Amino acid sequence: MPNKTKKEKVSGCLRGCNMNESGSKRPSNSTPPPTQLNKIKYSGGPQLVKKERRQSSSRFSLTKNRELQKLPALKDSPLVDREELFVQKLRQCCVLFDFVSDPLSDLKYKEVKRAGLNEMVEYITHNSDVVTECIYPEAVLMFSVNLFRTLPPSSNPTGAEFDPEEDEPTLEAAWPHLQLVYEFFLRFLESPDFQPNVSKKYIDQKFVMSLLELFDSEDPRERDFLKTILHRIYGKFLGLRAYIRRQINNIFYRFIYETEHHNGIAELLEILGSIINGFALPLKEEHKMFLIRVLLPLHKVKSLSVYHPQLAYCVVQFLEKDSGLTEPVIMGLLKFWPKTHSPKEVMFLNELEEILDVIEPSEFVKVQEPLFRQLSKCVSSPHFQVAERALYYWNNEYIMSLISDNAAKILPIMFPALYKNSKSHWNKTIHGLIYNALKLFMEMNQKLFDDCTQQYKAEKQKEKYKLKEREEIWHKIEELARQNPQGTKDLKKDKVLMRRKSELPQDVYTIKALEAHKRAEEYLTANQEAL
Amino acid sequence: MAGADGDDSLYPIAVLIDELRNEDVQLRLNSIKKLSTIALALGVERTRTELLPFLTDTIYDEDEVLLALAEQLGNFTMLVGGPEYVHCLLPPLESLATVEETVVRDKAVESLRKISQEHSPVDLEVHFEPLVKRLASGDWFTSRTSACGLFSVCYPRVSSTVKAEIRQHFRTLCSDDTPMVRRAAASKLGEFAKVLELDYVKSDIISLFTALASDEQDSVRLLAVEACVSIATLLPQEDLETLVMPTLRQAAEDKSWRVRYMVADKFSELQKAVGPEITKNDLVPAFQNLLKDCEAEVRAAAANKVKEFCENLPEDSREQIIMTHILPCVKELVSDTNQHVKSALASVIMGLSTILGKDNTIEHLLPLFLAQLKDECPEVRLNIISNLDCVNEVIGIRQLSQSLLPAIVELAEDAKWRVRLAIIEYMPLLAGQLGVEFFDEKLNTLCMAWLIDHVYAIREAATCNLMKLVEKFGAEWAQNTIVPKVLGMANDPNYLHRMTTLFCINALSEACGQDITTKQMLPVVLKMSNDQVANVRFNVAKSLQKIGPVLDSNALQSEVKPVLEKLATDTDMDVKYFAQEAISVLALA
Repeated sequence: MPNKTKKEKVSGCLRGCNMNESGSKRPSNSTPPPTQLNKIKYSGGPQLVKKERRQSSSRFSLTKNRELQKLPALKDSPLVDREELFVQKLRQCCVLFDFVSDPLSDLKYKEVKRAGLNEMVEYITHNSDVVTECIYPEAVLMFSVNLFRTLPPSSNPTGAEFDPEEDEPTLEAAWPHLQLVYEFFLRFLESPDFQPNVSKKYIDQKFVMSLLELFDSEDPRERDFLKTILHRIYGKFLGLRAYIRRQINNIFYRFIYETEHHNGIAELLEILGSIINGFALPLKEEHKMFLIRVLLPLHKVKSLSVYHPQLAYCVVQFLEKDSGLTEPVIMGLLKFWPKTHSPKEVMFLNELEEILDVIEPSEFVKVQEPLFRQLSKCVSSPHFQVAERALYYWNNEYIMSLISDNAAKILPIMFPALYKNSKSHWNKTIHGLIYNALKLFMEMNQKLFDDCTQQYKAEKQKEKYKLKEREEIWHKIEELARQNPQGTKDLKKDKVLMRRKSELPQDVYTIKALEAHKRAEEYLTANQEAL
Repeated sequence: MAGADGDDSLYPIAVLIDELRNEDVQLRLNSIKKLSTIALALGVERTRTELLPFLTDTIYDEDEVLLALAEQLGNFTMLVGGPEYVHCLLPPLESLATVEETVVRDKAVESLRKISQEHSPVDLEVHFEPLVKRLASGDWFTSRTSACGLFSVCYPRVSSTVKAEIRQHFRTLCSDDTPMVRRAAASKLGEFAKVLELDYVKSDIISLFTALASDEQDSVRLLAVEACVSIATLLPQEDLETLVMPTLRQAAEDKSWRVRYMVADKFSELQKAVGPEITKNDLVPAFQNLLKDCEAEVRAAAANKVKEFCENLPEDSREQIIMTHILPCVKELVSDTNQHVKSALASVIMGLSTILGKDNTIEHLLPLFLAQLKDECPEVRLNIISNLDCVNEVIGIRQLSQSLLPAIVELAEDAKWRVRLAIIEYMPLLAGQLGVEFFDEKLNTLCMAWLIDHVYAIREAATCNLMKLVEKFGAEWAQNTIVPKVLGMANDPNYLHRMTTLFCINALSEACGQDITTKQMLPVVLKMSNDQVANVRFNVAKSLQKIGPVLDSNALQSEVKPVLEKLATDTDMDVKYFAQEAISVLALA
């Protein structure tokens, strides 16, 4: 597959290079947004009482004989012996120590290992021709032995109590060693001598699988290393690319549909962001499916806030590559639009604006109606941050030009929501923003604006009539259903049965009437069984 | 509205179509929930020919609506014309079984399982089984996942050729590429094994079980442990050793704690499934290892099973196994570093005393109970106290009472009201075990102190507790110890405490009987009708209504009636209301 390199480039940097932080609205999309290491915390305020922390760092199966002998330094030994010595040092570093139950154990030998790792990091960075053929299996083995492990039980509660933004992660106790092992391996991968062809015997699917499992680590430092390492592997090992993408998808499916719990989603999305960046055009069907079946459903998980910037970046990347995907993306967002979670709704509005920033006018026309029906709900939201965020769209020139071009369709949808809330919304800021929005509409097309006003008033009058009509229609159907021999008894309407919170006056007759009531469904199924 | 007046027959569907187009999800949801009404209005034939095709073709909606639809269709058999036509429901359910959202899919599968029972064997082969096949070979993992739940419901009622096909499909799904499907298959493995003929269990299921139990993903492996229980139950004893045990042993020592946790969690079931001999030789050492596992999660799960495991050991060697193998591990767990482990142990450890008998309990278990009673974590102490009855049967509670008291007192004054609440709930039990003298001497003051706790839930529980104590110790005891103190609170400056008096009277009057109620309680209640706080006054009315049936008619007429009549003219409307209600309920008008 050598020609694949041309088709699919992986952008070389995840972050740190070419950060274009200009204030322009159009996103600068050369790098995915980096995952934060530290969650932003409110400073000041009363110190919360810390709940008792459970010690739950990873358990490593310790090596029995941990008495390491200090080996001579690589740089002081003759050139001919260095390879042999390097291998010896790598093997020495396969010895595992206890950092959890007894942090003070084997201090001397821990130091030997630490110094050895440190030395090898230096050695591999500053010398050429040291990554020789016999180093590959030893380096990969050393990495695997030190890192591939079952992650410990989460120290944070699962379910409703878990707040990925607030709860503190458990850090790896063995980090002093782990960090150096990661660093060494990264230098190893990046070494100019590194030959993917030689190493693919060792860095195989199984290796990648184990690497991916570590992404659930609670320690953000570890995930940061993993991210860079996986990204490099994706870049260098063409044969593993499809496999890596497939396995990442499986992690996402499990996260979306089964557990809703995984610590490394943001990092994985960050890698994918740069992968998508390099996709060749036209996009393969597989990649489009990934957008529709993985990235969009990721929007519905409750911990969206943790990885939303990375997710939105990936989505916008796709749309910049192929504007034909706009309609399914926007329809997908509308499908997963949050119903009760206001902060999440604000995130959706942010993402939607990013998408609208890059939308083609021809695509806009296809989605404008459902889109603005949702926006009309957002501007009427009783949560003022949602309403406010939606109304900020009216400050976006590009969006306003799109609205203006399609005013005949959009105004009638938006008008009722704006008009109604121009007086009735509880928040004064919203009044100002709505006033501004209505004014812009009026300037856009005075005649249309007046028509909408008229129509709104007419609709308002018809509303009651419609409600009544609807009730009558159902009444008629129930009438018909009653004529069916299967439904011989009365079909009662579903009533909301009384719910009480107070102990205050209760009417005996009401209680009796409620107790005597039979719900229609109960009666219906019972009747069917009787037949 | 289409056909609103002219053609009545088209009407119901037109309404549904119209409503399902509505913007408001709630409205669409309501319409779907009334689907049976529409079907009734249409009649069976037109439900089959018009409603179901419409639903199959046009349904694309929010998951909430789809969920409601999937549920409704499971109960639709009669509405399409009975079992003869039940297969008409398959197309819409098939497409619901392939959607992405898990809850919708699961509900569709549930409905399909339900209506599969209503298919005749012929229909099952002609209509249902092909659907299962289509799902099982679907492109997208969702449909294959759904298929896993459908094999076992159709297998028993189809011909042997079709059975062979079904087995083949299940095999394929067990080695599916996506872990989601393998998980679904692994979770149904036990269920599927149960409907298979024994020969196929041995030839097919065992190899699938072995493969799933050594899957690369621990989430798959742990599901195989669940299946292990069903499979081991199905096989004859002589085959267990070769077919099941290697895999089970491997699971108990899996490198992933999740798998070991599962083994610990299912330990009692596994124990029953493999029988006494294997238990002695294999499970005992495995259980010891789990009790000593390096992850607290696993230790806690195993600790929870200690009692059940010991109970189910074969009688001939039970005591010996417990004393030499289990008890040493249990002793270590008492001082575990993790409070969840200790508290799991505390909830079952008392149960060991019945198994080990008096002497062993005193010698070996008692020190452990005492240690746990002094544990720093309130949950551990509570769990010990809540199981005191087990020990009482074996050695009597006296052995413990010296250590018990400080533990109870400390819990009774715990800063967390939920802890206080929990200990109150065990008071009647404790009182029964410890006897009246001990109670009067040591615990009575505690019970009275709770009545003036600053948390309402505690005061309420304390009131209820008093009632249970009176039921245990009798009216005479109440008259001497409780009633005076309760009535004394009627003069408390805090109106909440005065109300507590009334609540206590409500709870106690019946248990105390007519004499005490009339002579001691009634005067206090009546006197409180002049309280300056309206809440107290209307509670007087409520109390009078409550204790009225206990009083004789003389007292009712001469004492209660005038007071209620006066309250019925109170300035406060709630007082008036409850006074009037009491008058009418007690028939004093």
